[in-house]
Amino acid sequence: MLLEVERLEAGYGALPVLRDVTLAVGEGEIVAVLGANGAGKTTLNRTLSGLLRPRAGEIRFDGTSISRAEPDAIVTAGLIHVPEGRRVFARHTVEENLLLGAYRRGREHRHVGLARVYAIFPRLAERRRQIAGSLSGGEQQMLAIGRGMMAEPRLMILDEPSLGLSPRLVDEMFDLVGSLAGSGTAILIVEQNVVRTLDLASRAYVLENGAIAMQGEAAALARDPVLRRTYLGV
Amino acid sequence: MSTALLLPALIGGLANGAVYALVALGLTLVYGVLHIINFAHGSLLMLALYAAWILWAAMGVSPYVALPVLVPLFFVLGYGLQRWVIGPAGHGRETNVLLVTLGLSIVIDNLALAVFGPSTRTTSIPLATRTIDLGVMYLPLPKLIAFAAALVLSGLLWLLLTRTDLGRAIRAVARESDAARLVGIRVTHIHAATFGIGTASVAAAACLLLPSFYVSPDAGYAFVLVAFTTVVMGGMGSFPGALLAGLVIGVIESLSGLWFGPSLAPVGIYAVFALVLLFRPTGLFGARA
Repeated sequence: MLLEVERLEAGYGALPVLRDVTLAVGEGEIVAVLGANGAGKTTLNRTLSGLLRPRAGEIRFDGTSISRAEPDAIVTAGLIHVPEGRRVFARHTVEENLLLGAYRRGREHRHVGLARVYAIFPRLAERRRQIAGSLSGGEQQMLAIGRGMMAEPRLMILDEPSLGLSPRLVDEMFDLVGSLAGSGTAILIVEQNVVRTLDLASRAYVLENGAIAMQGEAAALARDPVLRRTYLGV
Repeated sequence: MSTALLLPALIGGLANGAVYALVALGLTLVYGVLHIINFAHGSLLMLALYAAWILWAAMGVSPYVALPVLVPLFFVLGYGLQRWVIGPAGHGRETNVLLVTLGLSIVIDNLALAVFGPSTRTTSIPLATRTIDLGVMYLPLPKLIAFAAALVLSGLLWLLLTRTDLGRAIRAVARESDAARLVGIRVTHIHAATFGIGTASVAAAACLLLPSFYVSPDAGYAFVLVAFTTVVMGGMGSFPGALLAGLVIGVIESLSGLWFGPSLAPVGIYAVFALVLLFRPTGLFGARA
């Protein structure tokens, strides 16, 4: 397995958020983490990317422990977290945002990376000199993913990539995630759009109150009556 | 008021203002990126004045020649101070960091007093007594050099911030610290580099000031108060704001010195300062609330 998380505990101050979380992502696999607001999804992502130190448990990436690693070491190892919402560098230009995505990569990777991102997102190429804060919500989301691609990650964590997008853009987004995985990048996708996510992912974990409540093949979970009642209201 | 008096005051004020701007740029950069007010800024300026003075007194090195030596040296000093003294002592709390820089300034000031004594020291380089005939006035050459060099250095600093990887990373950390960490930027390194740049900019200002100024253990105060005013007037953390406000303050100081006498020159600065804040509470280039 590329990413292995074992009995992870994490939280803020005296408040525990994650309890006994165990999950794994294989090479090139798409794995989903589902859960309501406040279930601990963001805390999980922040812990995996090194922004938050785990209290207990173990995180291994490609066999090496990253439980105590700094975020820059985790980026260098090939694990990129694309944060939720519009966390682009709003005052930087589109191209500067992308160049910052390749901050830990050598200069020789930049042109190839830019060409690849611009080929996938022609809109970003048109707006390369524009200030990122002036982009639409959908364009900022593309930029955030493009910035993540610039690091040429082996595993990309996507935090609510469809949040605030129009239905047409949501389709584009899920197609893109599928093609990223097709080109060999493993994906850990954290979403509230349960139907689309389970359609895309091969396996999924359901996070409830900071613990894994359900897990299994995505197709099986999509038919699970408890999950359907809780998250789809049917 | 005749132009024969006004124009020289204006030109002299601009020349002083460019150096104020350089001192303020370092301060506003550190504020904008680390979100701390660096109370040690004036003490570091004083330290740089002594460093330049020692090079002149011991080896006869002109402060202008010392500039390219002291700027990298003070970058390293500032980097080290932030990375290994101020940062760790602050334990991640901005209020702690504020007190650490205040403590640092007390330590530096008193060390200077212990080592150099309270007396005022000056340099006398041949260049310093030369003047340039501008037609309307004779401008002392050191003022002209300080004006031109301060503007060139401000321009170079702007290029560093806008055109280099380091500059992009500095601006990223200033605005979106967590997102910066997620692309692999080491925030402790960027904080230290920013503090280093701020310290290097006072070292440059010190080398430009010394030929027409003096150094004593409290020499930094004269500038740091003006620098704080400049930073706030320009808009906390704003680069163009600090540059413009520095020039404006230099001119106002010079003009109000002309009208009210040199001892009342600061009155004009603070009158205009109060007016600016009345109409633009966040400064000339400050973010709107």
